[in-house]
Amino acid sequence: MRLMSLTAVELGKKIKAKEVTVTEAVTAALDAIEAKEKKVNSFVTVDREGALKRAEEVQKMIDDGTLTGPLAGVPVAIKDNMCTKDLLTTCSSKILYNFKPTYTAEAVENLEKAGAVIIGKTNMDEFAMGSTTETSAYGATKNPWNEAHVPGGSSGGSCAAVAAEECSYALGSDTGGSIRQPSSFCGVTGIKPTYGTVSRYGLIAYGSSLDQIGPIAKDVTDCATILEAIASYDKKDSTSIARDDLKFTDALVDDVKGLKIGIPRDYFGEGLDPEVKEAVLNAAKVLEEKGAVVEEFDLSLVEYAIPAYYVIACAEASSNLARFDGVKYGYRAKEYEGLHNMYKKTRSEGFGTEVKRRIMLGSFVLSSGYYDAYYLKALRTKALIKKAFDEAFAKYDVILGPAAPTTAPKLGESLSDPIKMYLGDIYTISVNLAGLPGISLPCGKDSNGLPIGLQLIGDCFKEKKIIRAAYAFEQTREYEHSPLA
Amino acid sequence: MSKVYETVIGLEVHVELASKTKIFCGCSTAFGGAPNSHTCPVCTGMPGSLPVLNKQVVEYAIAVGLATNCSITQYCKFDRKNYFYPDNPQNYQISQLYLPICRNGGVEIETAAGKKTVGIHEIHMEEDAGKLVHDEWEDCSIVDYNRSGVPLIEIVSEPDMRSAEEVIAYLEKLRLIIQYLGASDCKLNEGSMRADVNLSVREMGAPEFGTRTEMKNLNSFKAIARAIEGERTRQIELIEEGKKVIQETRRWDDNKEYSYAMRSKEDAQDYRYFPEPDLVPIVINDEWIAEIKARQPELRTEKLERYKKEFGLPDYDAEIITGHKKFADLFEATTEICKKPKKVSNWIMGEIIRLLKENEMDPEDIKFSPVNLAKVIELADSGAINSTVAKEVFEEVFKHDIDPDKYVEEKGLKTVNDAGELQAVVEQVIKDNPQSVEDYRNGKEKAIGFLVGQTMKAMKGKANPGMVNKILKELL
Repeated sequence: MRLMSLTAVELGKKIKAKEVTVTEAVTAALDAIEAKEKKVNSFVTVDREGALKRAEEVQKMIDDGTLTGPLAGVPVAIKDNMCTKDLLTTCSSKILYNFKPTYTAEAVENLEKAGAVIIGKTNMDEFAMGSTTETSAYGATKNPWNEAHVPGGSSGGSCAAVAAEECSYALGSDTGGSIRQPSSFCGVTGIKPTYGTVSRYGLIAYGSSLDQIGPIAKDVTDCATILEAIASYDKKDSTSIARDDLKFTDALVDDVKGLKIGIPRDYFGEGLDPEVKEAVLNAAKVLEEKGAVVEEFDLSLVEYAIPAYYVIACAEASSNLARFDGVKYGYRAKEYEGLHNMYKKTRSEGFGTEVKRRIMLGSFVLSSGYYDAYYLKALRTKALIKKAFDEAFAKYDVILGPAAPTTAPKLGESLSDPIKMYLGDIYTISVNLAGLPGISLPCGKDSNGLPIGLQLIGDCFKEKKIIRAAYAFEQTREYEHSPLA
Repeated sequence: MSKVYETVIGLEVHVELASKTKIFCGCSTAFGGAPNSHTCPVCTGMPGSLPVLNKQVVEYAIAVGLATNCSITQYCKFDRKNYFYPDNPQNYQISQLYLPICRNGGVEIETAAGKKTVGIHEIHMEEDAGKLVHDEWEDCSIVDYNRSGVPLIEIVSEPDMRSAEEVIAYLEKLRLIIQYLGASDCKLNEGSMRADVNLSVREMGAPEFGTRTEMKNLNSFKAIARAIEGERTRQIELIEEGKKVIQETRRWDDNKEYSYAMRSKEDAQDYRYFPEPDLVPIVINDEWIAEIKARQPELRTEKLERYKKEFGLPDYDAEIITGHKKFADLFEATTEICKKPKKVSNWIMGEIIRLLKENEMDPEDIKFSPVNLAKVIELADSGAINSTVAKEVFEEVFKHDIDPDKYVEEKGLKTVNDAGELQAVVEQVIKDNPQSVEDYRNGKEKAIGFLVGQTMKAMKGKANPGMVNKILKELL
């Protein structure tokens, strides 16, 4: 039996039925990592010893009936920006090369309560800043569909690990598309929930007002199941929301009759790869054939989302990343003269180029005399974008479009041109600005054999609608395993 | 000095709030404790940690705002103030810039110059920083984050004060209000109340303010008064010499009675304030404000009236006792035990104030328990000890909070009322002091005082002086 080719829920069922032991499942994941890491580099840290020890504990709890959930015993990979107690958490940055948190992130703790076995921490763009996982201080992750291409980012390690079948599922985080875009590039499924649904406690912040943790897996069923496990009201996170509609698996229904789907014309204009456009519009047709009502409309302000996003995210990041200063934890420059020089050298040596670029950009837009012109204006733009979505959701249940304008670019193509990389986030970013839920799932491949992602966007707290539409679409196709799987 | 100058002063007062836990986490705010023992991921700025606002802090801030006639900002927010320093674990301080919780208030003060209102521009909430400890032996600095995240309010006055007397009156008024509210103990010497003085001078009658300086490191009312005088003189001298006052922050050295420039406006930092994204806005509705108002404890004016009415204290006593929260607390607690309000008042007005002065202490520094003061009063009142012994015993209470009953017992200080025992001693004194006896018999009434004193001395002060007097007169 090829355990790693199963979905998380399928593997969970076999473990529950005693067809597979937790140790066997975890060993299968660890063996897969052993065999594929040289090619894909999805992981920063693999916790072989901890995972095997934990596997035995989880098995016992399954055997004695303490753990009965669908994810009990299933191996998971965690993006390296979520704190895991005593387990290296680097954010793929040199500045946290030796950082072992004193506590575990709430979302990860929720997974552990559900019986998850953490096998390691996945690679990412440094501090989640990037769209290719090339800004990692620990080397780029490769796309399991074609190793000459990037997996997308910033949750590239998590998406590649799922596509390469080194784990059954993974957690990612999404600030401007960091779950949905790499899911699209790697041919897997990922959800960015409504802001406030999953606790951010223990997620090392990039853009605090935009960051959300979400699931990455092979299919919609897995994602709904995982989201159900990680979503919770957490009083340690003031932006966490108490919701009573967290039973996302209830939405796994193959029925979209009467569902109103809006297609924003603005998402299909200049810059969109024709093959991506065709696959996405074809997906709309499939849903229409299944009974959904599909209509085109104009979602205004799309072109303002990227500048507003980079101002807000970078402003918050410039402050969030100030704590990495060599004083308390992480990297400190070897030689320095005095405090100021220690700060300067530590941060110059510890952060990579993209992170420094964004810290400088964020510091600039918050500077006295520029605050109103940039930061306040960006906040107003954010409010207008939210309003534009509110108007759209007055008419539609779901908004359908591509997750990214192209399929995965080649390694090295994006770093030389950051503006081009920023523009690649065009379809995902406004979802974060408006705090909405979004899902990305495979809807085809381009002529080079690279996966194409379909994005479905819902109104706030309407994850169930996008899960239902995604599930219905998914029923019309087979899951395609990557060549590295 | 040919010209007449006016001093213009505004204050920024930081007050540490009395909440048991920190402003954004559940750690204790208790003073002391081993370094970094009152810390968690939140107040040490660990990656991924998030702040959660302590409701008690908001309530204290609102209470202070209401008691100082401020309007409460019913939709208020926190902002981040960004600057790098190791005592600040996140390298930003969570504070309030754009929408502070209280605005546009004021308090009335009274000085020799008369009554006036000092305006309060705003009150905002913020977190305190940790403490840097410089290890001379290891030649390194270490950080103690126990204070990191301790809640503060900053009360920013309008530039309404014109003299050190007004500044002190304003600070005393604030302190009294805040102490009565129970929002802080306001100890200047322990730093739970800190004042920065913004001062400028101008020619009397000039329409514009002069250039101001900000003075820090003022740890007592005396230091504040000295610093104001020093800075006023320094600025006037500069102006008289035709030089300019530079807008800068200065540090007062109370030993040298001089201030030193810390940083000028030119190298002032850009704090890059922006709204704290990890906290949601605070919405304060009318019901909440009404609730806090209803819970407001008795403030000074009400207490003063009550002391006069309920305990029959004279105006003067009531004024002094309610003038310090500590005195009022001590008075009420002791009276509750011994039911002798006037006696308690006498002890506060007499011995306690005397001992505070003698030891250069503030009423806040009083450590002894009201139980022990009540015991001293009982002992003295029942005649078990005489007034001289009572003072002696109380001094021990004041200094070491001893149990007066035990102390009197152990030291054998009980007044001797046994006539037989006294008579024997008096006879001996008469025998030993023939000259005084002679004087007394020759009509020098005063001589008896000396003989009483000698008897008391022989009895080590424990004799009942009335009885000694009586026996002496009989025998003579």
